[in-house]
Amino acid sequence: MEVAGEVLQSGSSQELHVLAVDDSYVDRKVIEKLLKISSCKVTAVESGSRALQFLGLDGEKGSLGFNGLKVNLIMTDYSMPGMTGYELLKKIKRSSAFREIPVVIMSSENILTRIDSCLEEGAEEFLVKPVKLSDVKRLMKDRVSRGVTEEQEGRRVDKRKLEDDNLTSSSSSSPLSSSPSTTASFGCDVSISELLPSPPHSSKRAKLHDAD
Amino acid sequence: MDIVNQLQRQFIDHSTSLHREGIVDDQFTELQKLQDENSPDFVVEVVSLFFEDSEKLLNNMARALEQAQGVDFKQVDASVHQLKGSSSSIGAMRVKNACIAFRSFCEAQNREGCLRCLQKVTHEYSLLKNKLQSLFRLEQQILAAGGSIPVAK
Repeated sequence: MEVAGEVLQSGSSQELHVLAVDDSYVDRKVIEKLLKISSCKVTAVESGSRALQFLGLDGEKGSLGFNGLKVNLIMTDYSMPGMTGYELLKKIKRSSAFREIPVVIMSSENILTRIDSCLEEGAEEFLVKPVKLSDVKRLMKDRVSRGVTEEQEGRRVDKRKLEDDNLTSSSSSSPLSSSPSTTASFGCDVSISELLPSPPHSSKRAKLHDAD
Repeated sequence: MDIVNQLQRQFIDHSTSLHREGIVDDQFTELQKLQDENSPDFVVEVVSLFFEDSEKLLNNMARALEQAQGVDFKQVDASVHQLKGSSSSIGAMRVKNACIAFRSFCEAQNREGCLRCLQKVTHEYSLLKNKLQSLFRLEQQILAAGGSIPVAK
């Protein structure tokens, strides 16, 4: 149990805090278990609006991660009533407070245009459901190794990872300019000092490999 | 103990036939892998959730298809989509496949076709429920007799 107000550093610890978003109760239960088995802390919510509430991005003058637990990764279903996973992704990536949090999209439908638009908006990865333990383990491995890389280089390494090797799409870099005005609509304080120094977020970047 | 061996054999046979008949697929095995000492009832819990969820969805579909003043195919499709998703998540392959066929009839706004599909999905669901409940009963019997549940490969 975390003490309220204490910020969880994910740098050296393997315990990532994952926010899982899915309208299906069955899927939430499964993803929660997959993550717990992979040594993650999990908060599972049923909708995009709940996710934004949890993050403090719902327009309410709330604190960042009000329960003191920093979110290290967001995994969201694509097709949800109300706010889709894609819309949630966009909101997160347009928030200067939270856009550094990697977002993974999960979908039962393997549609290239869908995958492309998600990656274009800055999704870390697109997983085809049903999600397996091997998918989650791989995510964790990448996260941890990237966490180490970030610490070493002090820089965020984005990469495009496709679930299916046959899927390809053009990888032209089109940097999104980050304007401070986007935070105004979310009503939260920006504590830039808490975030790792990073270049303006690119919507697409070529895959950068360190070790392979 | 002989009774444990018998029960374990029955369990393996039952499990094998579930896979062979395509009632469950590899995803069900993935779920079983997630069960551990921390959550010894994980599979039963998830499957029970699935049963509850499915029955609601099947009822929704039936009601929507009954509407005399015109069927809201989008609503039917939404329920079928949800059932397809959850059945896929637990490895209920035949239910999932029946849902896939169902969706094309929703898209075509074909009420007769939808009604046939609903019958098929309901049938596959009942079959699944029956077989899984037998499987879980066998598990309970094995544990009660002091044995351990054979692990799926």
